[in-house]
Amino acid sequence: MSAQSSVESDPQPTAVREPVLQAKGLVKRYGPVTAIASGDLELYPGEILAVIGDNGAGKTSLIKALCGAIVPDSGEILLDGRRVQFRSPMDARLAGIETVYQSLAVAPGLDIADNLFLGREERKPGLLGSVFRMLDKKHMRSEAERHMSELGIATLQNIGQAVESLSGGQRQGVAVARAAAFGSKVVILDEPTAALGVKEGNRVLQLIRDVRDRGLPVILISHNMPHVFEIADRIHIQRLGRRATVITPRSHSMSEAVAIMTGAAEPPPPVA
Amino acid sequence: MLGLRVTTATKSSFAEQRTVSPLERVQHVLHANPILGPLAVLVLAVLAFSLVSGRFLSAANLGLVLAQVTVIATLALGQTLIILTAGIDLSVGAIAVFSSILMANMATGLGVPGALALLIGFVLGIAMGALNGLLVTRLKLPPFIVTLGTLSIFFSLNSVISRSETVRGADMPAIMTWTGDTFGVGGFRITYGSIIMLLLFAVFFYALGNTAWGKHVYATGDDIEAARLAGIRTDRVLLSVYTVAGLIYAIGAWILMGRLASASPNVGVEYNLDSITAVVLGGTSLFGGRGLVLGTLVGALIVGVFRNGLQLGGVDVVWQGFAIGLLVLVAVAIDQWIRKVRA
Repeated sequence: MSAQSSVESDPQPTAVREPVLQAKGLVKRYGPVTAIASGDLELYPGEILAVIGDNGAGKTSLIKALCGAIVPDSGEILLDGRRVQFRSPMDARLAGIETVYQSLAVAPGLDIADNLFLGREERKPGLLGSVFRMLDKKHMRSEAERHMSELGIATLQNIGQAVESLSGGQRQGVAVARAAAFGSKVVILDEPTAALGVKEGNRVLQLIRDVRDRGLPVILISHNMPHVFEIADRIHIQRLGRRATVITPRSHSMSEAVAIMTGAAEPPPPVA
Repeated sequence: MLGLRVTTATKSSFAEQRTVSPLERVQHVLHANPILGPLAVLVLAVLAFSLVSGRFLSAANLGLVLAQVTVIATLALGQTLIILTAGIDLSVGAIAVFSSILMANMATGLGVPGALALLIGFVLGIAMGALNGLLVTRLKLPPFIVTLGTLSIFFSLNSVISRSETVRGADMPAIMTWTGDTFGVGGFRITYGSIIMLLLFAVFFYALGNTAWGKHVYATGDDIEAARLAGIRTDRVLLSVYTVAGLIYAIGAWILMGRLASASPNVGVEYNLDSITAVVLGGTSLFGGRGLVLGTLVGALIVGVFRNGLQLGGVDVVWQGFAIGLLVLVAVAIDQWIRKVRA
């Protein structure tokens, strides 16, 4: 497990580097309610960017705009420097942005391999696939095992095991593995540790580091300050519908972050 | 072997160890192999009734049981698909009977050739199923309400078109009652309708287990929101399921005409609940996402074996319903228990 050491060899995002994903001046209003006043966000290659904010700070709306779940009224989203428009979560997925929703979006009755390939099943080559629509189960299973073990989720008892027979952390592992397997640009995780115990939460954190170390930048939305400070490279603080600032776990303490989040302290100028 | 025990953690695996009580073990086995319970009931029932009556295991009687369950099994197949999506179809009997009336009246009244009448009947069955599907997906009405409504509508149209008159099989082209003809295998007499029914089960056994459509049917019934977030067009899945079920019911109508050697507008009321009974006894969960079509076949056989065996044993017909009802309650209770399986 190389992930622990990678915390020290932390990538240093600098202003010179081009962001993988960038939001500029996103606005989203629902009638008189402003969900995002000015949504700005930059995600750099190889980093874990945590997004924190009080309830109603607009972090969920911001993330939803990035993963295609809502369409912003104005502003722009750039992926690898190119302007993109997402009309549905499927658009964002096709562009390489995978999201692990808080609700997990796994089908409990289906097995691990089925869930990994849910909605993107692969058919057998030739007539079996084209005429009889036969799934290439063998290939999907071996791919599923490869993805799971690449992420250090030591092969579970059986890749053909129903997801509902797994623990919360294991399920989260399946969801993260799916995102990592299919996300080519960005993985977005919404409260991945919220429903988990301490031990399982830590394992999921490890999983997130592994995803980052494989080269996929991660956006992590979390209320859990210790978790955020443990794994984030940078911390985006959202407040009152806009970005208050960006800090790092080294530049600020947890209580300072909370103070900025709640408006008790002046936000410092953003890093990188 | 069935994942009863979890291995010790290696690396960052999430595995943990825990001891498992024998009862939990049974629960896990049934959970992993939902066909086992219904099969055990069927085997026990066959053993018990063969002790009660020497005639039960005779080739003639077993052939009769198969012929008797063929219609219900076919309708229950369509019902299974819908229940797998966490829906329910109360209009199954109405669609089947109305389809048979339409087919028979086209052939006898309008002089449409038999094969064409069947084909048009299948298309009308598809249309009735699709109507259910559209109401469920477009108007977002609960399947229970939608099919309760269409049940009434189809039965009413059925009475109008048939003028409440039965069409005799002798008046129809031979192909329309061909499903009731038999052929011999050893001492057994098997109807062509039974063969069609078994072929349908084979097709959907394959489709549910080996195609993306099948996976999407399970995922939609399991957790529709999760399926949608995974990129599955759940409305399309639901519409396809109701439509395909309509076709299956219409094929069931053809088998029904063979079985009764007529097309009668006055049968079928009990088919709704009988088909649901077969599905539930077969281990498919009414909550969706869980179950197997083969279970439904076993469930239909359980109903057939019970009715037949109780009759051979001299039990009054009125008590048959009692026994079946008891079985259903036990089956649902066991399903609930299995669903509470611990991770």
